[in-house]
Amino acid sequence: MGAFILRRIFQGFLVVLGVTIVVFVATRLVGDPAKVMLPLSATDEQRAAFEHKFGLDRPIADQFVTFVGDLATFDFGESMWQRRPAMDVVAGRLPNTLKLIAAGLGLAIILALPLGAIAAIRPGGIADRITVFGGLFGLSLPQFWLGLLLIMLVAVKWRLLPTSGYGGWQYFILPAITLAVPATARLMMLVRSSVIDELNQQYVRTARAKGLRFSQVLFGHALRNAMVPFITLAGWEFISALAGYTVVVETVFAWPGLGLTAMQAIRHSDLFLLQAIVFTVAIGIVLVNITLDVIYKLIDPRIKLA
Amino acid sequence: MDAISDMPLLEVERLCVEFDTRAGVVHGLRGVDLSIRRGETLAIVGESGSGKSVTAQAVMGLIDVPGRIVSGDIKWKGQSLLTGDGPKRAREIRGKEVSLIFQDPMTSLNPLLTVGAQIAEVLQRHLGMTKTQARTRVLELLEAVGIPAPPRRANQYPHELSGGMRQRIMIAMAIACEPQLLIADEPTTALDVTIQAQVLELIAGLQETLNLSVILITHDLGVVAGLCRRVAVMYAGRIVEMGLADDLFERPSHPYTQGLIRSTPRLDDRMNRLIAIEGSPPSLLSPPVGCSFRARCPIAVERCTEQPPLAVVHPGASAACWRPSVPAWQESPPLEAALT
Repeated sequence: MGAFILRRIFQGFLVVLGVTIVVFVATRLVGDPAKVMLPLSATDEQRAAFEHKFGLDRPIADQFVTFVGDLATFDFGESMWQRRPAMDVVAGRLPNTLKLIAAGLGLAIILALPLGAIAAIRPGGIADRITVFGGLFGLSLPQFWLGLLLIMLVAVKWRLLPTSGYGGWQYFILPAITLAVPATARLMMLVRSSVIDELNQQYVRTARAKGLRFSQVLFGHALRNAMVPFITLAGWEFISALAGYTVVVETVFAWPGLGLTAMQAIRHSDLFLLQAIVFTVAIGIVLVNITLDVIYKLIDPRIKLA
Repeated sequence: MDAISDMPLLEVERLCVEFDTRAGVVHGLRGVDLSIRRGETLAIVGESGSGKSVTAQAVMGLIDVPGRIVSGDIKWKGQSLLTGDGPKRAREIRGKEVSLIFQDPMTSLNPLLTVGAQIAEVLQRHLGMTKTQARTRVLELLEAVGIPAPPRRANQYPHELSGGMRQRIMIAMAIACEPQLLIADEPTTALDVTIQAQVLELIAGLQETLNLSVILITHDLGVVAGLCRRVAVMYAGRIVEMGLADDLFERPSHPYTQGLIRSTPRLDDRMNRLIAIEGSPPSLLSPPVGCSFRARCPIAVERCTEQPPLAVVHPGASAACWRPSVPAWQESPPLEAALT
């Protein structure tokens, strides 16, 4: 297990290196950073000074070596917009995003497991139909629209919760629900179909023949065995939230997290900050994948780690 | 086999089971009568789709949507399991007083739980044992079914064990609460021949030491002879012949049983060629009126359009046939003669 984790960390390191190369190429070679980051009114001298300050006038290979060297020390340079090191900005915002994902995805998992399992008891039955309809409904709601709707109704009209921003638990509810709705729908549909599959397996018949209570058969055997696909999708949800959905939700709710920061970095043409965010997300994705592999092995002893 | 009491343990009366399918209603069981006493051994033989397994599942209360028990009754120690408090009682005795071994040990165990945990589950459910108590008993049970190194095996997962081992685990699970009736649904079909013999020996041994009643479901007549005292032959959802095993093999009454025995190769019979029963069993979507074997029966007569009752042919044997014990299949020429 230890050797496996080390090997995966090494592979993850290669992935992150690959991502940095892509980021480097996309920012230095495809576009001109000086043009992107400086206002249109900047003079040629200002442009040259800018390029010199950030080493953009040096040969590209040289720049790459410096870039990678800086990465190794998590030095992404100065955020133009915030006027402080880009990594400091990321470090300040990342926990907020992680908390939001934890709340949203936690809610989705808590709802999806029992709902999906109950729907699977009798496919085509009334509980199943309600679940499938609810699932399709949840999948069809655009997240930005759902967020705005919740703000309008719950925060503005009924004045039950704050409209946006960051603070105590009240501030978590609406963004977490917005993040959770489509994720719950996807996870629930998956739990439903995997548990239906598992309930048709021979070992479930054995469990019933042993005289176990139905709840034991459903939750102790069928649902437990449906965990491998579930964990895969839950991991995917985490990654998609980190790399995308939080951008929408955080923007709608003015949530001071990484997603909102990414939007602001783009709006302020803050290339160095954006690089730091992309790099952080890439590391996050690699870490989630390693964690998933370890969880698979813990759930299913037949899985060989290689 | 020595202590057969007179009180029937299990009685199945006129049991009818139907399955709803897209094509229509399949009549899986069409009035099955069975009874078994304490310590008795009964084999149910028949080809695929004859209703052997459905009978076992009905007794275990495992008939599930789209199947349903339409009529008839199942009684355990004289009390119905289908009416009144029956279903609740059925849940309690399932796995405790009656247990079932399935055909395929490869898929019958949960792949994600250790075999020890899967056996312990029964003990915790029915005998209210704690984890530690169950653990001790699990090791005893593994020992009893002939699994070497129980402490190590108990912590292994099904995929780490061979087919024969897994079937032994299934048996350990089935006898965990010292049941009175063990139903073995084709317990050896998925196993190698040498392992088959070992598993049958194990079942026979346990039958004797625990004074178990055993219902052995099989399509393999060779398996029946050594293990069971009585035999029921099923065809198209009905029992067509029932009798003592030795007697039934010696002088089968029903033409189907005659055909079944004559179509099984025997080492001690070099004279007769094997026969094939022409045709295939009737569809149970719309079962034929009268005797279901009529269309394939060489000695069918006018009267066979009427369903014959299961009637005593000679002491200890009954058959559902209007012309029982009439030799149905022509003596074919000896093999040597046919080859020259």
